[in-house]
Amino acid sequence: MPPHLVRRFIKPLLFLLCLVPFLSVVWRALELGGTDLGANPVEAVQDTFGQWGLRFLVITLAITPLRDWFNAPWLVMLRRMLGLFAFAYVLLHFLTWLLLDQGLYWSGILADIAKRPFITIGFAALLMLVPLAVTSTNKMMRRLGKRWKSLHRLVYLISLLAVWHYYWQVKADVREPLVYATIVAVLLGWRAFKAARRSHARTASSLGRVRDGSERA
Amino acid sequence: MLIKRPRPGDTARIAPSEITPERVYVSRRELLQGALALGAGAAAPALALGATQRSLQFARNGRYSTDEKLTSYEDITTYNNFYEFGTAKGAPAANSGRFKSMPWSIGIAGEAEVTGTFSLEDLLEPHALEERIYRMRCVEAWSMVIPWVGVPLGAVLKRFKPTSKAKYVAFKTVLRPDEMPGQRSRVLAWPYVEGLRIDEAMHPLSLLAVGLYGKTLLNQNGAPLRLVVPWKYGFKGIKSIVEIRFTERQPPTSWNLSAPHEYGFYANVNPNVDHPRWSQARERRIGGGLFDSRVPTLMFNGYEQEVASLYAGMDLAKYY
Ligand code: HEM
Repeated sequence: MPPHLVRRFIKPLLFLLCLVPFLSVVWRALELGGTDLGANPVEAVQDTFGQWGLRFLVITLAITPLRDWFNAPWLVMLRRMLGLFAFAYVLLHFLTWLLLDQGLYWSGILADIAKRPFITIGFAALLMLVPLAVTSTNKMMRRLGKRWKSLHRLVYLISLLAVWHYYWQVKADVREPLVYATIVAVLLGWRAFKAARRSHARTASSLGRVRDGSERA
Repeated sequence: MLIKRPRPGDTARIAPSEITPERVYVSRRELLQGALALGAGAAAPALALGATQRSLQFARNGRYSTDEKLTSYEDITTYNNFYEFGTAKGAPAANSGRFKSMPWSIGIAGEAEVTGTFSLEDLLEPHALEERIYRMRCVEAWSMVIPWVGVPLGAVLKRFKPTSKAKYVAFKTVLRPDEMPGQRSRVLAWPYVEGLRIDEAMHPLSLLAVGLYGKTLLNQNGAPLRLVVPWKYGFKGIKSIVEIRFTERQPPTSWNLSAPHEYGFYANVNPNVDHPRWSQARERRIGGGLFDSRVPTLMFNGYEQEVASLYAGMDLAKYY
């Protein structure tokens, strides 16, 4: 895929697509076209944003493996936008909880963050997303150099916390959280596999060099 | 009219004449032939039975009422926890179309002088239906205000003459994976079971409901017969009941089996005892808009005066 095509068409299209979940919530909140948010609108909004936060995290995490499997380097050009959408939806999920569900009832909010493990880890995941969003600009990438990549590896931990948060939140039906857990395991597993293969190749080639004497040469 | 289906362990059998006066039997026959249940005296069948939903005849019980705003029929019938039809809130309304709640019979078993299998009509015939407006508090921290139609559970149970060994009452939901798609996955151990201490079951607030908003229950609300115990979390209100058993020992209950540290046998609404994963101090009243805030949860869901004495001296944090 030529870069200018990605930049001119695919990226703007994807941007609009990523807005759809948000717009659908607004649409239903305004009860347009005979739609509504159902019996428990606050829960509907909060759950929709949480679900999409998790989906965008997983989609962002999938970019590198998909690039490898389908030999599609251009996919990486979409990654920053997807990651920022993940952050935006998680933030909306959090703000819905804070403002609409808890209604800024601070004693309850602080107690929940401190005492409810599923909220504690969700909150930790949100906090970790902040530096990633802040350092997502080209300028910050240049400024951080090599450290940028190490910093952004935080997303592996964030994804695990996010799935765990979901798993812990459901009452008995853990099937969906387990689907996400499986996907995240595959996406992270691929990276571990690549890393292992690389280090194995390095070891093998250096051993090879020692054996045939080329090391000294 | 008694459905005689011998069961091992049945101690005594009720004669049809004991439970069904003839004139009721006749009028019910007419009813089943399609006649409408129009007021024909005190013992008239107030319950119109059929394949489709019917209007019920009942008297409003002013003592057990509230002037709080009723939750809309739409919300009560589309936002449900009834895992037999799926775990999403909309699943019971969407997936319960194939469920057949008629005809229906209920087994009465265990520590009672009178046991056996009874048709729903026989079970309810002697009782006048009443409407009671109760708050319903779900363990997930949301609540509704529901105008139930039903009969006092205690009055029904007494007819079966529980013995002195009957310390508890155990309830069971029907097991029909063909009609209840949720039962095909093992989210909970099916069939759903619940239980009450006998004094809780005999408490005047405990209700066997057959309808709401003046009409027979829809499948998603537990047709044709469900339990309503308004001072306890909603999951105690077992739906589509097929068996009531008097027991000497505390019976197992489904959510307690699923997660014993989160759901106890008692499950009394208590704002001071949190669920391990969320606070029970405040609840969201269904039917509010996006900007409505939560309201404080009341001890025993606001029925403290009526029921607190049942638990005198008990540590409610231990017996949650
Ligand atoms: C990476 C960050 C997060 C992700 C991906 C995420 C995702 C999710 C998902 C998928 C659900 C389940 C929604 C459903 O039932 O359909 C959920 C539920 C929930 N999350 Fe998060 N979440 C995150 C952070 C947070 C934070 C920071 C908070 C608050 C401090 C929070 C509070 C909640 C609550 C209270 C629920 C339960 C909502 C309910 O009962 O319906 N989450 N979250």
